[in-house]
Amino acid sequence: MRQLLTPSGDLVGEAPFGLDLCVRLYRAMVVARSYDRKCVALQKQGRLATYAPFEGQEAAQIGSAAALEPDDWMVATYRDAAAMWAQGYPMELLVAGRTGDERGGSPPDHVNVLPPSITVGGHMVHAVGLAWAERLQGSSRIAITYFGDGATSEGDFHEALNFAGVYGVGCVFFCQNNGWAISMPRSAQTASETIAQKAIAYGMPGVQVDGNDLFAVYEVTRQAVERARAGEGPTLIEAVTYRLGPHTTSDDPGRYRDAGEVEEWRRRDPLERVRIFLSERGRWDPEWQAEVEEKAAREVERAVELAESLPPPAPGDVFGGMFESPPRHLREQQATLELYRAAGEG
Amino acid sequence: MPILNLAQALNQALFQALEKWDDVMVLGEDVGRTGGVFRVTDGLWERFGPERVVDTPVAESGIVGVGLGLAVGGMRPVVELQFMGFSYPALDQIINHVSRIRNRSRHRFTAPMVIRIPYGGGIGAAEHHSESMEAIYGHIPGLKVVVPSRPADAKGLLLAAIQDPDPVVFCEPIRLYRAVREEVAEEVYVTPLGEAAVEREGDDVTVVSWGAMMRECREAADAAAEAGISVELVDLRTLVPLDVDTVTESVRKTGRAVIVHEAPRTGGFGAEVMAQIFERCLYDLEGPVVRVTGWDTVFPLKRGEHLYLPDVGRVLSGIRRALEG
Ligand SMILES: Cc1ncc(C[n+]2csc(CCOP(=O)(O)OP(=O)(O)O)c2C)c(N)n1
Repeated sequence: MRQLLTPSGDLVGEAPFGLDLCVRLYRAMVVARSYDRKCVALQKQGRLATYAPFEGQEAAQIGSAAALEPDDWMVATYRDAAAMWAQGYPMELLVAGRTGDERGGSPPDHVNVLPPSITVGGHMVHAVGLAWAERLQGSSRIAITYFGDGATSEGDFHEALNFAGVYGVGCVFFCQNNGWAISMPRSAQTASETIAQKAIAYGMPGVQVDGNDLFAVYEVTRQAVERARAGEGPTLIEAVTYRLGPHTTSDDPGRYRDAGEVEEWRRRDPLERVRIFLSERGRWDPEWQAEVEEKAAREVERAVELAESLPPPAPGDVFGGMFESPPRHLREQQATLELYRAAGEG
Repeated sequence: MPILNLAQALNQALFQALEKWDDVMVLGEDVGRTGGVFRVTDGLWERFGPERVVDTPVAESGIVGVGLGLAVGGMRPVVELQFMGFSYPALDQIINHVSRIRNRSRHRFTAPMVIRIPYGGGIGAAEHHSESMEAIYGHIPGLKVVVPSRPADAKGLLLAAIQDPDPVVFCEPIRLYRAVREEVAEEVYVTPLGEAAVEREGDDVTVVSWGAMMRECREAADAAAEAGISVELVDLRTLVPLDVDTVTESVRKTGRAVIVHEAPRTGGFGAEVMAQIFERCLYDLEGPVVRVTGWDTVFPLKRGEHLYLPDVGRVLSGIRRALEG
């Protein structure tokens, strides 16, 4: 398993980036954690629909997204808001999506990030198609897709890697093995020793990396991205990490896992080791931390305000998204709904 | 004008689309080197090369899902699923992704793609090769569903589907691929989606059908004419969006309707057509609307096919029942 920065903050290889980028990515991880905790809190207040927290996975998401060009494609899941935000997806739209508003699924034109996939596994094939489309159009844009360890059991995981291998498309498969798929431990999900080794079956390289190590995640993703961009084909990355929180805000992990296991992983917190690293190089102190956290909180707060200020959807929003121009049956059904509403019946 | 069969007309449409639009590609199992199991893609691989006419692994979900990625990424994929009975592995992609990417991204990402699916029985094929499950696709919000019954329409509808900004499921009647021939204009033309055709006018009874069963309906209309019954024959051509006006105008005129499809009866698309007739012109009816359909059974194998498929006799009997009622 590739590791560059140990849980105690020791650099055991060459840093893949300079201190400035390291500081920037650390800040991003702080923002991500702030966003995540805020969403959990908002959900408890009934202001968000079910939320899937990613606490513990910040290095995996921020480190990998940092290896992309700003216009590369990203196809991710309900638990990947940090990666999506890092790739330019506006935070207020991420929150809007979680308030239960389709407008949250519509990023600005320059952001090539699909709305998060709610079906497990079905989205990876889209990344393959996107990377392929870019190549056919003579562009060097690549695609990255995020998924969990559970998703590797889905048939579409196989179909995605198989297609990518056959056509050699520039797609990076980024698995966050966070130990659990709801209540199913990784060991019960597949008899393979690692998820990375599954790459062999598809004729592509597979790399296992410490997913809580910002440095190593960045390095291996960078290599995979460069390979993809150079037309050398896909890579499967297994980032070994841990879901510190529940599967979603409706889940009670106490029913299936030990508190001890969670504590052990807390000691491998992805932010902490970078903090130590920066501190030892004179780039971190408690006041600065407080300032970074304060700024992060303000950024998240602003996103929440924007999301919550979206006017409620009207009938036209429900019907208007189905086709480029609504066919007659949808126009009729919308008119019927509007009649009900006018009569106070709908 | 050259006379083509339905498979040749579709082939010409694909050929012309590939020639005219750089973003069009054809993907599917065996569509390239061998030209497809029904030869609908014959010659395309030789002319346009393996980058645009792509033989894929045997993986329906992957074909449709990768196709969706290609479509969102700027291409116009025309994917083929070899038989309707083998389209079901792709249903998750079709229902959960293809049909809703526009809505879930509020128009930011769209899926202008065509999913071609040969369907229907009557050729003595193996199990799973005779399915007629168009109603499943018609039930999925966000898809258009097209079922041509004759070569000239097949070409125009396929060209329209390829240019459509939204995903289209294009059901091709297997037993008509080589059984119907007619003049097909050589130039690129479009038959608009969502428009039914009154294939022949009549006064006594409206027969509504689509796809493969149109052949039996045509023959039944001929036989009825000999018996002095004037049939108005409506070919829906597109199931979604449904051209309700053409159906109801005809039913208002004749006062009687027969709906014919080979798909199983319960929840078949005929039920939707009948409901539309009841909702919109119940008081113009002079008798009950009659359905002539396949049964709610598994499609029988070769030796029992004739027991399942509506034939000219059953359509004629439906017409008589509609007139008696
Ligand atoms: C096709 C499908 N099956 C089941 C579910 C319900 N479900 C949601 S998340 C999940 C577990 C996924 O685990 P994993 O892929 O490891 O990702 P994680 O949630 O741990 O990030 C399940 C079973 C779903 N959303 N989609």
